[in-house]
Amino acid sequence: MVEPLIKIINLSAYFGNLCVLKNLNIEIYKNEILGIIGPANSGKTTFLRALNRLNYLQANYHQKGKILLEGKDIREIKDSILRKKIGIVFALPQVLPMSIYENVAYGPKVHGLRKREHLDSIVEEALKKAYLWEEVKDRLHTPANKLSGGQQQRLCIARVLAVEPEVILYDEPCSGLDPISTAKIEEAMRVLQENYTQILVTNNTKQAARVTQRCAFFLMGELIESNATSILFTSPEDKRTDDYIRGRFG
Amino acid sequence: MKFDAKTREKLAFFILGMIALIIILPIIGVIAYIIKNGAPGLSWEFLTQPPRNGMKEGGIFPAILGTIYLILGTMVFSLPLGILAAIYLVEYARENWLTRTIKLAIINLSGVPSIVYGLFGFAMFVIFLKFGTSILAGSLTLAIMSLPVIITATKEALEAVPKSFREISLSLGATKWQTIRYCVLPYSLPGILTGTVLALSRAAGETAPILFTVAAFYLPRLPRSMFDQVMALPYHLYVISTQIPNMPLSLSFATALVLIVLVFLMNLVSIILRAYFRKKKLW
Repeated sequence: MVEPLIKIINLSAYFGNLCVLKNLNIEIYKNEILGIIGPANSGKTTFLRALNRLNYLQANYHQKGKILLEGKDIREIKDSILRKKIGIVFALPQVLPMSIYENVAYGPKVHGLRKREHLDSIVEEALKKAYLWEEVKDRLHTPANKLSGGQQQRLCIARVLAVEPEVILYDEPCSGLDPISTAKIEEAMRVLQENYTQILVTNNTKQAARVTQRCAFFLMGELIESNATSILFTSPEDKRTDDYIRGRFG
Repeated sequence: MKFDAKTREKLAFFILGMIALIIILPIIGVIAYIIKNGAPGLSWEFLTQPPRNGMKEGGIFPAILGTIYLILGTMVFSLPLGILAAIYLVEYARENWLTRTIKLAIINLSGVPSIVYGLFGFAMFVIFLKFGTSILAGSLTLAIMSLPVIITATKEALEAVPKSFREISLSLGATKWQTIRYCVLPYSLPGILTGTVLALSRAAGETAPILFTVAAFYLPRLPRSMFDQVMALPYHLYVISTQIPNMPLSLSFATALVLIVLVFLMNLVSIILRAYFRKKKLW
């Protein structure tokens, strides 16, 4: 039996009095791509942001239960260390108003890296892994917000890669992108699988079927079922999963 | 009489334009009037010499220098205090009764009449803390008066930076302070600068707060330390306009002109700085 990289035990999450995640139990294994599907308002994003404690940026957030990273409760890990280990790519491509280079170098810099040559090589490598290097190598020092949406989203992936995380979270990374940009991001995810554990929240069930090995279906804050993607998409145990996948609701 | 929509729109634009024009008329009037009456009184001697002969001759150099010292002193005390307080309120403080009280206090402070600040400064700094009538006491009084404006301007500038910048920075593992230092301050700096310079230029022209705390009626020698009194332009203007009989009017207007130019120069500096930072950082 393989030990899971992340183990979530009885996780419930609340914004004020509103319960958005109900008693969730799920395990995430090293080097897999876990898909999380479900209609809007089912707690997918909250779940994702619970993993690196980003939910706590909202004043009225609180949660119950435990999240273990490599057997260690994440509450015992400093936020900055935890977020270095678990990076996130947001739904909308959001770049900082700096140059392409500075966007990627930002993470390593705040973690104390100052040497120019070292930063250069990290930036280059991260951009290559995110399939962006060829398109931007001649204009690294131009403003990042001049890039197209798809390029910006790959820049966001490069930015996360630059801090050398173990886990990458994607919060509907392709929701605003064209099919070709989407394909590039999916290709990057497949290659990254060799070294990273990835969790993909998506509204696009076809994308989940294409990229993920395991998939979990969320509905109204509850985990309805999780299984190998091939099984979940062909013979789901729960009728609600079947309905959602077949597009009867959601 | 009936107009069609197009004519009515034209009429409305014309009226709105006229109203906007009325707003700039007073400022043009004030400046033109002061320049017309003050320019003849200006000379190199006026700008570089102390007053002589019961202030009816000579220059206003000690008052110019005094006002510059007061601006610098005010800046030293109010900038760090105001900007750091605003950073605390926007970035760190959670919404509770204490922060609500602080915010209420700031709003109320900005409504206090300047003469009350003057009286407070006199009681607090001149008498209680034994600074005497001095640059120190005057600067502190002006600083307290400027604080609400500086805090409010800084708060607005900080709040104008999109939440997503902070989220990105924190999600990459930056600490709270790193996030503020690299992702918030650089983009709010133009707004902070504009607000603070505006507050300082207002402080430069105030008479009431310096009346009891620093301003000297007549002191031709230059100050030797921050515990010295100085002359200051606004108070000097008040003195020569009302307290001295047979004062040549051109000297009063020349003094007013110097004060206005000083304030405009400060605003110009802020505009240039803002343009510079805007060009450097775009989003």
